[in-house]
Amino acid sequence: MIGFQEGVQLAIPALRRYARALTHDADLADDLVQDTLVRALRSQHLFNGGELRSWLYTILTNLNRNRLRSLARRPTITAIGDNDAPDASGPEAGGRDIERALATLVEDQRTALLLVVLEGLSYREVAEVQGVPIGTVMSRVARARLQMRAYLENDRPMLRRVK
Amino acid sequence: MKDSDLPVTDDELHAYVDGELPADRRAAVEAWLGTHPDDAGRVAAWRLQADAIRARYADVAQQPIPSKLQLDRMSYASRPWKLAAAAAVVAAFLFGGFAGWMARDTAGDAPNAFERLIAQALNAHKVYAVEVRHPVEVAAADAEHLQQWLSKRVGYQLRAPNLEAQGLHLVGGRLLPTPTGAAAAFFMYENASGERFTLYCAHTKTPNTAMHYNAADKAGAIYWVDSNIAYVVSSASERKQLWQVARAAYEQIEPRTSQHERGS
Repeated sequence: MIGFQEGVQLAIPALRRYARALTHDADLADDLVQDTLVRALRSQHLFNGGELRSWLYTILTNLNRNRLRSLARRPTITAIGDNDAPDASGPEAGGRDIERALATLVEDQRTALLLVVLEGLSYREVAEVQGVPIGTVMSRVARARLQMRAYLENDRPMLRRVK
Repeated sequence: MKDSDLPVTDDELHAYVDGELPADRRAAVEAWLGTHPDDAGRVAAWRLQADAIRARYADVAQQPIPSKLQLDRMSYASRPWKLAAAAAVVAAFLFGGFAGWMARDTAGDAPNAFERLIAQALNAHKVYAVEVRHPVEVAAADAEHLQQWLSKRVGYQLRAPNLEAQGLHLVGGRLLPTPTGAAAAFFMYENASGERFTLYCAHTKTPNTAMHYNAADKAGAIYWVDSNIAYVVSSASERKQLWQVARAAYEQIEPRTSQHERGS
């Protein structure tokens, strides 16, 4: 059995990946991960001995939601990083389309889809992270896929041609 | 009718893509896809999406971890913060004499002064609950000092309710102004997943009230008045959960004359 700190350590790469997909901004993503780690270490005594990875995803998901709420009070939100060059064809275009498609999702759907598809969490684990019934997770994933597909196939015909 | 004869639902198609389908439905779903090209097309599109998402972000997990995310650095980083919190407590005692002046009350609360008080509490929740590094002025580690200090500043005996039974741990507290310029005490709690609840306590001329609910901008508040003190419990969580927490706080605060038990 591995210790708490070691378990947290092992989760960092996956947390960075998840945070990046949520924010589309490398610096912001690492700030989120850092805040998650600080909070996890500080709240170690609150950890109930369940699935450590799910707990960390839960903290990061909540922090990101808080971040979006405080952003919502500002006049504009730029969902995609400023560093993003205007769209171009080529190998990068597909990845950028995916970022844009993800950015069109509402937060709960994006979170559910990324946790299932990118992070490989089970529906049950995502239900715990989001604090909702499994059926709600499934409908969020389904709606996310529908929206992604509509975006990618109607507005972005490019991707269909990428193998 | 066997299980394999049941029509395949959309939920099952998603579960199939996500590896969540029970083994005994797998053959049925695969057979269905063979005869329903539209569904097969959707499943293929979902898989393509999933592959594209994984391909886009896979390299992030392969990169070396930057030094600011090294755990051993973080435990060092938290030390100066604790010293600062201790210093804040000392400073608070030095300026304690100011409290009597601050706690003095002006005219009685007009009806909308009370509403402004509740709004102020909700705003305080919104501002501080999202704060990651400095959510409180005095951390729960100094709960004793925190309660003495805030009691002194607000001019009545206060203690932070113990909400461990609700899964909430005291983070700490801070001193805040009321809309009329008096001092209010503010306690923050959080649960294991980082959801935060705050309790704002301020003097009011409004007579005792039952519990009321008010919500603004995704944060909700439950408040009541007891012996000229308004208590406001705020959170972004569901109303039912907020209600349970407020209830627990209320039950501990109510007997104001016999507060000897410690809050943490």
